[in-house]
Amino acid sequence: MTRETRLKKRYAAEQRFRMYGIISIIISLFFVGLLLFKVFTGGATAFIKTTLEVEVNYSKELLGFKKTLEPTLGEIKEADFFDVSYQAATSFYKYSNDEEEKFIKILLGGNYEQEIKNHLFENPHLLGKKVVLNLTTSDDLDQLHKGNFPRDIPEDRRRINNFQLKVYDSLVEQGKIKTKYNNYFLTHGDSRDAEIAGVAGAIIGSFFSIIICLILAFPIALLAAVYLEEFAPKNRITEIIEININNLAAVPSIVFGLLALGVLLNVFGLPRSTSLVGGITLSLMTLPTIIIACRASLQAVPPSIREGALAMGASKVQTVMHHVVPLAMPGTLSGTIIGLAQALGETAPLLLIGMVAFVVDVPSVPTDPSASLPVQIYLWSEQAERGFVEKTSATIMLLLGFLIIMNSLAVWARQKFERKWI
Amino acid sequence: MNSILLFVLLLLSIFSFYYGKSRIKKISLTSSIKAKSLPQFYGYYQALWCALPAFLVIVFWTILEPLIVKNLILNKIQSITSQELSRDQLTFLYSQIVSLAGNNFSGEITEAIKQGALSYKSFLSISQSSKIVLFFCAVIVATLFAYSKINNNVHAREGVEKIFTTILFLSSAAAILTTVGIIFSLLFETLKFFQTINFFDFMFGLSWSPQKAFVTNPGEVLTAAEAKDLKEAFGAVPLFAGTAFIALIAMCVAVPIGLFSGIYLAEYASFKQRKWGKPIIEILAGVPTVVYGFFAALTVGPFFRVVGDTLGIEVSSESALAAGLVMGVMIIPFVSSLSDDVINAVPQSLREGSLAMGATKSETIKKVVFPAALPGIVGSILLAVSRAVGETMIVVMAAGLAANLTINPLEATTTITTQIVMILVGDQEFTSAKTQSAFALGLTLFCLTLILNFVALRFVKKYREKYD
Amino acid sequence: MTMEEKIIAKDVSVFYGEKQALFDINLSIGKNKVTALIGPSGCGKSTFLRCINRMNDVIDICKVHGEIEINGKNIYDKSVDVVQLREKVGMVFQKPNPFPKSIYDNVSYGPTIHGLAKDKTEMDQIVEHSLKKAALWDEVKDRLNEPGTGLSGGQQQRLCIARAISINPEVILMDEPCSALDPIATAKIEDLIGELKETFTIVIVTHSMSQAARVSEKTGFFHLGKLIEFDSTDKIFKNPGNSMTQDYITGRFG
Repeated sequence: MTRETRLKKRYAAEQRFRMYGIISIIISLFFVGLLLFKVFTGGATAFIKTTLEVEVNYSKELLGFKKTLEPTLGEIKEADFFDVSYQAATSFYKYSNDEEEKFIKILLGGNYEQEIKNHLFENPHLLGKKVVLNLTTSDDLDQLHKGNFPRDIPEDRRRINNFQLKVYDSLVEQGKIKTKYNNYFLTHGDSRDAEIAGVAGAIIGSFFSIIICLILAFPIALLAAVYLEEFAPKNRITEIIEININNLAAVPSIVFGLLALGVLLNVFGLPRSTSLVGGITLSLMTLPTIIIACRASLQAVPPSIREGALAMGASKVQTVMHHVVPLAMPGTLSGTIIGLAQALGETAPLLLIGMVAFVVDVPSVPTDPSASLPVQIYLWSEQAERGFVEKTSATIMLLLGFLIIMNSLAVWARQKFERKWI
Repeated sequence: MNSILLFVLLLLSIFSFYYGKSRIKKISLTSSIKAKSLPQFYGYYQALWCALPAFLVIVFWTILEPLIVKNLILNKIQSITSQELSRDQLTFLYSQIVSLAGNNFSGEITEAIKQGALSYKSFLSISQSSKIVLFFCAVIVATLFAYSKINNNVHAREGVEKIFTTILFLSSAAAILTTVGIIFSLLFETLKFFQTINFFDFMFGLSWSPQKAFVTNPGEVLTAAEAKDLKEAFGAVPLFAGTAFIALIAMCVAVPIGLFSGIYLAEYASFKQRKWGKPIIEILAGVPTVVYGFFAALTVGPFFRVVGDTLGIEVSSESALAAGLVMGVMIIPFVSSLSDDVINAVPQSLREGSLAMGATKSETIKKVVFPAALPGIVGSILLAVSRAVGETMIVVMAAGLAANLTINPLEATTTITTQIVMILVGDQEFTSAKTQSAFALGLTLFCLTLILNFVALRFVKKYREKYD
Repeated sequence: MTMEEKIIAKDVSVFYGEKQALFDINLSIGKNKVTALIGPSGCGKSTFLRCINRMNDVIDICKVHGEIEINGKNIYDKSVDVVQLREKVGMVFQKPNPFPKSIYDNVSYGPTIHGLAKDKTEMDQIVEHSLKKAALWDEVKDRLNEPGTGLSGGQQQRLCIARAISINPEVILMDEPCSALDPIATAKIEDLIGELKETFTIVIVTHSMSQAARVSEKTGFFHLGKLIEFDSTDKIFKNPGNSMTQDYITGRFG
């Protein structure tokens, strides 16, 4: 072929090649965007809940008190609220048979009785009066109101039947359906009822795990890195230790779960499902990350610093601990924060040690059974109810939010405190 | 009890510190010898010797006590009851004993349990008192030892530093301990597994359905039907195939996109493009895998199924394609970042030599830079494969559970990691062959990733040697 | 322009960002002659050399003003294709930079991308011819498949020269080609330059004045980005017109 055609072909190939590069980057960015979009649009609605305006009659008779009595708060708390709740739950719409009564009752959320009780406990002077309350609705109604349930599919494929739809529409017309901030999401533990399920338990569980991970991993990793970098003789044992650390950094996380199961739970008999064991497992996984980051920072400190200190008559230990280590701290700290961020997102090993139990109470100590944020995401994503989908997305938002904060902190710390060795 | 001891230890150590410090001052005053170190080091010396041995006593005793007591009790039980109890039954019995001893028991109290509880309480109290005695012995002996050294004007700072460097060494040995722990725990259960299941049946068997396995005791005689079932229950080949298949799909996504992204960022991108592009791609690496799994299960999987429906093809909602695609997306930054670094490391002189010959930029990259960087790139791809093979959450949430030997990406297959999770997350007795099979799978996975990483690092090292 | 002027530089100035590295360079390179550029380190001679084949385009912050005409055409004109330019103007670098490929592949790289050989036989001929002209053939003809990086320094540099020759350029630019080599290898390359000028126009940057005196017909003396004096080599070294040139030659500075 002629010179010119050949040249044209070569330039065309050049353009194509460049295009492939740009397309690849765009595809990667697309996936990032798609992921974030899906998560944030799906999860934003979890922070609001639907409520139904209901009249509650805190009548003394229904509570079992004599009309003339003035019960104390303690006695009120002991009362049986069944009748009051029942009346509240069935009085907001006229029903004509038992079946319809059932359909109406389940429109309220699973916690409605507790909500009725709490309101009276906080305002005991309301005893004997009729009050209008906004009670949380069931997650089916909640999802319907948020527009997540299509109404035009046949009734047997829907979770809300036609009668309930009629009730819903009339309530909306009467202005009795409102949306409020969902106080349950951040304050409640897990629950079978999607409308009151929250991540408080998972947050505390994650928090305990990460703290324990930090307490265990940071000192050991720091000391190990200092030893390997500054004191270790160049012999076989040191080589073996270094190879070990590099290997551990690449071991799949599930193997650590097996390790925890086999050793921590079986041999040492530590309590299952607790953030204590979770924290220990995570610290084993984070050790190599921090060691590698710390070593890199130590290596970056120029020898002139060490020589200056030694020339002053400082011992090796004093040189390292007083001079070198403080200078290596920024890199070490940012590496630690990044390691902790990775630990926060770990799921597989925690599943194996049982942090997957259905835990309703918010744990108060690390030896209480608990879940963690990623495990909660996993558990909820397995649930069939639509209400859990938005909760899962919202939990992911929370988790990503924490991770962004932690990573930004690491980057900021590194930039602010790091010195550029000339 | 431990907290009391630790508190006492703390007080004693603080006391020792001040005592050691003042002692050396007194000595150097009265006998006019120059102390070899600053007084505070004598304090630390005394305090460390006081505290550390006793602390170690507490730690080891606390760790070992439950094990030893358990063994003693169980041995005793064996002698009380004449039955041959399985390990599960023993464990259950033991937990009953412990709860009775803790006044936490509900149920029928058999003689064995009552005896056991009594023994338990007595063992425990013996152990506690022994611990306290040993504790104080340690404190006294160690303190006297340090005291005599101080009297002889030991070089305290060196002594303290020696203790310190020993602690440093032990910290780094923690890494070895972890690896040993992993190998030990995996190997132990795996060996037990291979007592029941034939090794070759496991490695080369074509059918994986653990629910068929009923046997829990090795040595128990099986009927012919049970034996056949057992043989067919733990064939891991479908798992290996599924893992490889999904990893392959993932690499088909990640390698082209990752490589071209890496090449573009290294060679073509402007400073600004690189400044923003690289971190955003790194975001893909920071997203927890459970989020990817959610994404795959709720968005990508159904998407493929819907596409399949409209095209009239049967696509499982847990297709290997969905899981592989999402896993590939997760791996893109690994390939892209490592390639970017490796390509940047190719010396500029090679590029200039090629450009000076009238080559275009893409020709230079394709024919000179890329081949030069190839070992490093291969290394990074292998590391990415290792990551894909060990990945758990994406496949648990998006891939299937049925062990399927197939090459159709539209079907569901399962992987090694999925099975490990599925086996262990259910309520299983710990000693059944099913649970042990999870450990066997874990050991296989561990060895596999180890080999992959080893080979990958050799590649990267070989490449680095060229340019140093 | 006479038939003898291959390259003419007109008011060439080069900026690295804000910093000016070359100030209004005017000179002409004769066809089939060896022109040497000398001067102390940092005086801009390499920068000027890299302007001739537009290698400075590779550096983002480098800006070139003025014109350089080769065969009467300004190479900095918008219509000029830099790929074709570099086919005509080859370069040999200071530190030998053979590709991590076989010796054969090193030499055949240029002809391959420019499509100069129709088949393997033709390519073999080109490779042999280039290696012979670079005085390397005898030493490597039995090991053409071995990596180019396995040769000695001097051999590597001759390999780079063979590579440059393989695409039949008109001009060969040499940027201190012997500074990384020992005296014997240097001598071999200087002999080679003497033979090459029959076929190619050569511009050589060197920090060795004796080398410039040995190989070149014309010499240009650069200092701090300015062309101080440009004349026949004889005149520069025996009877320089400028006192600064005199000082440099006699070793007063640089």
